[in-house]
Amino acid sequence: MIAYIIQRLLQSVLVMAAVGFVAFSLFAYVGDPITIMLGQDYNETERARLAAQLGLDRPFYVQFANFVANAVQGDFGISYRLARPVNAVIRERLPATLELSLIAAFLALAVGVPMGVYTGLKRDSWLSRFFLTVSLIGVSLPTFLIGILLILVFAVILGWLPSFGRGETVQLGWWTTGFFTKSGLKALILPSITLCLFQLTLIMRLVRSEMLEVLRTDYIKFARARGLRDRAVHFRHALRNTLVPVITIAGLQLGAIIAFAIITETVFQWPGMGLLFIQSVSATDIPVMAAYLCLISFVFVVINFVVDLLYYAVDPRLRVDRGAVGGHG
Amino acid sequence: MTSTRANRPLLEVRNLRVEFPTRRGTLVAVDDVSFHIDAGEVLGVVGESGAGKSLTGAAIIGLLEPPGRIAGGEVRLEDKRIDNLSAEHLRRIRGRQIGAVFQDPLTSLDPLFTVGQQLVETIMTHLDLSEAQARSRAIELLREVGIPGAERRIDHYPHQFSGGMRQRVVIALALCAQPRLIIADEPTTALDVSIQAQIITLLKRLCREHGAAVMLVTHDMGVIAETADRVAVMYAGRIAEIGPVGEVIRKPRHPYTIGLMGSIPKLDRAVARLVQIEGAMPRLTAIPTGCAFNPRCPKVFERCRHERPDLMPVETNHAACWLHAPTLTEATRG
Ligand SMILES: Nc1ncnc2c1ncn2[C@@H]1O[C@H](COP(=O)(O)OP(=O)(O)OP(=O)(O)O)[C@@H](O)[C@H]1O
Ligand code: SF4
Ligand SMILES: [Mg+2]
Repeated sequence: MIAYIIQRLLQSVLVMAAVGFVAFSLFAYVGDPITIMLGQDYNETERARLAAQLGLDRPFYVQFANFVANAVQGDFGISYRLARPVNAVIRERLPATLELSLIAAFLALAVGVPMGVYTGLKRDSWLSRFFLTVSLIGVSLPTFLIGILLILVFAVILGWLPSFGRGETVQLGWWTTGFFTKSGLKALILPSITLCLFQLTLIMRLVRSEMLEVLRTDYIKFARARGLRDRAVHFRHALRNTLVPVITIAGLQLGAIIAFAIITETVFQWPGMGLLFIQSVSATDIPVMAAYLCLISFVFVVINFVVDLLYYAVDPRLRVDRGAVGGHG
Repeated sequence: MTSTRANRPLLEVRNLRVEFPTRRGTLVAVDDVSFHIDAGEVLGVVGESGAGKSLTGAAIIGLLEPPGRIAGGEVRLEDKRIDNLSAEHLRRIRGRQIGAVFQDPLTSLDPLFTVGQQLVETIMTHLDLSEAQARSRAIELLREVGIPGAERRIDHYPHQFSGGMRQRVVIALALCAQPRLIIADEPTTALDVSIQAQIITLLKRLCREHGAAVMLVTHDMGVIAETADRVAVMYAGRIAEIGPVGEVIRKPRHPYTIGLMGSIPKLDRAVARLVQIEGAMPRLTAIPTGCAFNPRCPKVFERCRHERPDLMPVETNHAACWLHAPTLTEATRG
């Protein structure tokens, strides 16, 4: 168990180092920060002074080491565009994205898993066919189109829900939340539906196909032959075996939701990190882009790590204590 | 043939027919199969792959997989019809009155649950016991099927057992609610040759001790010879011959059985597999008219190509072959 965790941690560190290198390379290869900060008109002394101030005159590996040392402490420098520390800017935007993503992930799982189980168990019912047809639409329509359609119907035509922004938020320390005001909750509805739809249908289809697979296995047939109730066969044995592979995908999808929030946040002008990223890209604000890249990768790595641990908890075959295997005829 | 008995048989299958509706017409996989099993008796079922042995077993316990369905006939357990029961009624019979042992012990157990959890849930589904009582019964059963250190092993997962040990667990699961009948479908085929005999011996001993009858499907004539009381030989979805095991092995009456026994000179030759007879069993889509065996039969004659023989009594056996038709026997034999 310990060896397993250490191995996983080492892998995570390697992945983060690689990502850090890519993020760092942005500084060297995407645009010239001095031009970006000083504009086109500057003289050589100004340039040299700023280069020294930013550490750009030092050798490549020293710069990278500095970058990593700072990044580990959450320091990504000063935003070119906003002229404020990057971590302060990100911290402002983080709650909006996390709240939206968590609600979307919750919806995707809470609706997707039961729908997948239902369509797997009641393969031929008309409701299953309906779900499957609708899910095809969910998978094939682009996210921004779904967002725009929802805005058109519920904001423009019916006028029930806001079409942009977070509504009123409440300050809890440095965290801002939209969970405690009516307008905040209303503002969450359309973006979270838009954001979760793709993952919801994906999870539903995945659970369904895994469920069908598991229902064909010998141990399910044998469970029926033992006379177990349908409830036990379906929800104790079949569902649990279905969830083993689903955990992995669902975990990765949670990461994908946070990353895909870029599109949804743009459509709904949601003041989160995704919107910040898009604004930074158009302004070539490299420190913010690098920070975003590292943060998203970090989220993926953490999720992966948790998924591996969960896997370990759910599947006893990974916890083999070798002493007990074999030996007897 | 059973109506004259004083005691009704434990299981009676009459004119069972299993069909698979397909786009290109209906396939009849089990056709007009009738047999019975008495309490405590071991009925061996042999036949080439695809003869319909497993489907017959699945039909009895109501576990045919759709679109497969029972299209005719009846199944009676202790004289009560069970083939037309509701799904819930049938479920209560499975495990409680009819247990099952499947071919592959490596895949029969749910990998995510300990053998103890699987035993306890099965026991508690069928018997009115507390969890603690069910658990001590489970340990008792594991001991009975010969698992060393049962108190400790009960909390192990299936992957921590070898194939032979897992099949012992499966047998414990089949027996845990004291069923009257066990349907064992090739219980040793997937196992190492060296432990097949142990498992068969165990199965036979336990069923005798628990008073359970066995329907034992196998390819192994040696196992049949040592274990079964009677044997049914299936061919292309029908029973070709059925009778006491010694009679069928020593004096087979149906040309197909004669072919099967051809290479087994003595009863005591332990492991003798079914020999291959010239040609192959017909596919379900192309079963010949008349006797299904006629294209391969060395004794075939005109009637065999038009009319289908039903089981006919031949001394102690019953054989589905025109050679044994009462009126034609003398005229065509040889
Ligand atoms: N789902 C299905 N659809 C169509 N035909 C089927 C289906 N399942 C089984 N069959 C056919 O029914 C026939 C009998 O199958 P069964 O499994 O009972 O054979 P068996 O005697 O147990 O053979 P084996 O010794 O290989 O286990 C086979 O010809 C098989 O092809
Ligand atoms: S009925 Fe005819 S073809 Fe069939 S087994 Fe008997 S002799 Fe052979
Ligand atoms: Mg079979």
